[in-house]
Amino acid sequence: MSTTPAAAHELPAMPVAEAEWRRVYGLSPERDVPFTTLSGDAIRPLYTERDLPPGIGGDEDPIGVPGAYPFTRGVYPSMYRGRLWTMRQFAGFGTAEETNARFRYLLDHGQTGLSTAFDMPSLMGHDSDHPLSLGEVGREGVAVDTVDDMETLFSGIPLGEVSVSMTINAPAAIMLAYYVVAAERTGVPATQLAGTIQTDILKEYIAQKEWCFPIDPAMRLVGDMIEWCSGHMPRWHPVSISGYHIREAGATAAQELAFTLRDGLTYVEEAVERGLDVDDFAPRLSFFFNAQIDFFEEIAKYRAARRIWAREMRERFGGKDPKSWLMRFHTQTAGVSLTAQQPLNNIIRTTVEALAGVLGGTQSLHTNSYDEALALPTEEAVRIALRTQQIIAHETGVVNTIDPLGGSYFVEALTDEMERQAYAYFAKIDELGGMVAAVKSGYPQREIADAAYELQAEIDAGRRIVVGVNRFVEGNDGDATLLLKIDPEGEQRQIAKLAANKAARDNALVASTLAELKAAALTDRNLMPLLLDAARARISEGEIVHALQEVWGDYRETPVF
Amino acid sequence: MVAAAGETARKIRVVVAKPGLDGHDRGAKIIARALRDAGMEVIYTGLHQTPEQIVETVIQEDADAVGLSILSGAHMTLVPRIVALLHEQDVDDVVVTVGGTIPADDIPELRRLGVAEVFTPGASTQQIIDFIRTSSDRGRTPV
Repeated sequence: MSTTPAAAHELPAMPVAEAEWRRVYGLSPERDVPFTTLSGDAIRPLYTERDLPPGIGGDEDPIGVPGAYPFTRGVYPSMYRGRLWTMRQFAGFGTAEETNARFRYLLDHGQTGLSTAFDMPSLMGHDSDHPLSLGEVGREGVAVDTVDDMETLFSGIPLGEVSVSMTINAPAAIMLAYYVVAAERTGVPATQLAGTIQTDILKEYIAQKEWCFPIDPAMRLVGDMIEWCSGHMPRWHPVSISGYHIREAGATAAQELAFTLRDGLTYVEEAVERGLDVDDFAPRLSFFFNAQIDFFEEIAKYRAARRIWAREMRERFGGKDPKSWLMRFHTQTAGVSLTAQQPLNNIIRTTVEALAGVLGGTQSLHTNSYDEALALPTEEAVRIALRTQQIIAHETGVVNTIDPLGGSYFVEALTDEMERQAYAYFAKIDELGGMVAAVKSGYPQREIADAAYELQAEIDAGRRIVVGVNRFVEGNDGDATLLLKIDPEGEQRQIAKLAANKAARDNALVASTLAELKAAALTDRNLMPLLLDAARARISEGEIVHALQEVWGDYRETPVF
Repeated sequence: MVAAAGETARKIRVVVAKPGLDGHDRGAKIIARALRDAGMEVIYTGLHQTPEQIVETVIQEDADAVGLSILSGAHMTLVPRIVALLHEQDVDDVVVTVGGTIPADDIPELRRLGVAEVFTPGASTQQIIDFIRTSSDRGRTPV
């Protein structure tokens, strides 16, 4: 399936100069360090024309031109000369009021889209007054219990004009219903809403570990959302297939690539099995990748992802609309690459990672703040992170030409290698009976845990250098970083708000709506319209999730380490 | 815990626990595996544990040490509860350690509560192994 049928490929003859270089290089001493990618793959000292993939210039050119199959060089013909990537900083903490203020701050400083982080209870489908929510309310994101919180979160922001991203998965269908109803209250219909909700439940079981239901009903809920959005929200991306968390959990670049694309292909299968035409929903699938510190490996990963997705969507699923073939993606720099030691160094790490995302052709970008290994970012740190993107966009000149690294012997060879490794993982997943079966058996979870352990062992042994952690540690004292503190009273305020909400609603309507939802959960009926009714009836997230758990059960992981 | 003669060869038993709702288990799993590879008996609780569940595991497993991994910022709520529950159950000989994104400002208070050590980002697995080994041995050996 890969584009590298090496046997049929006739290598160009080795030029005399290269043969001479090889001889000289063979006599030269090398430093005693591993010349490997962050993922551990050996890198050769030099790449030449002989390392380029076969077929360049032919009918099935593996590199081609931007905006044309197989999109290795970018999904659009004009890329950043036409329009820069969306600078989209992820934000959310405390109550809806506090996050609303941060959103307005970011829009005032030139950010062009919003991205919402929810707190742990919201991600797990617990209300703020649930016993397990204790101490977690508003900690790692904003607390949203009801449609009223959602309305407050986006208060004063023109939802018909700004594109909004929401990072939530297991209860995504509920949050989307809240969002649609909150917009409806301000007179903006669902058809006008633009944005993305993550909804990538497979990677929750693989890596992020925020779930509500067993895998099968969770997949059904994803299918319900894709189906409903394809008929009612033409500007909305109902799934953002995410490798970010897989990578953060310790995956290699190739694992991130392979597991993410395979998750995406599994959602496509789910939708096609429901009878949807691939061209009716595929153009609104989007991706979310990590940008780690190994610059070229990351760029190769994005380029390979575009090529694989285009091929699978065209060849395997028979998509006719070229928009169905496009692997469009958001990038976030790697949280795990940040160090608590000498935190200002993180600005440099983030810059290099952001540049990889841009040279890899990302459609939107979040740059991490330098203080995030310590706490939630302060406003100053967030501003520097945004300025990093603006400097790349407006000062460096890297946006002047499309895919400036296209044709680089090394980058093209590495792109091919990424693709080859991804297909090797696909074959293994096929053997296990597909991605859902593989996840149930813990296969990707084990692969990731192994990779994470190996990398940590390399760092601990000093074989891989992390500046300020295992080398160059002078200056680690003096922890003068100003940290953002979450107001501990916020949790009580949020619980009081929830109680007030529950006291002010029509309880008969709440009961009948939940009863209908539970009945429908036992049938094939699409649940989205009922979730919208539940939002309008001001039913809380925890109540909805609890009702569905009564029908479907919950999920317990067998941990592998 | 009684350390009778002949039990000196008993492996150190460590519970690695994830209190609260955060799903960041990369560190917990690496530590669990590193402690196991270092010859300890490791019980990993898995995710989303309540303080009550963790204390029950510590008691049932007759653990010498418990490592709490928290990256959600809820440590100042969860750790005091776990320590208090251990105390209520008269479990005073278990070494309690905390790992995760713990701001420096919070560390003195955690220590005051009885946490033996706090490991922040960048701590090596060897440091953690050494600490657990030294402090658990000290806890078990009758003086």
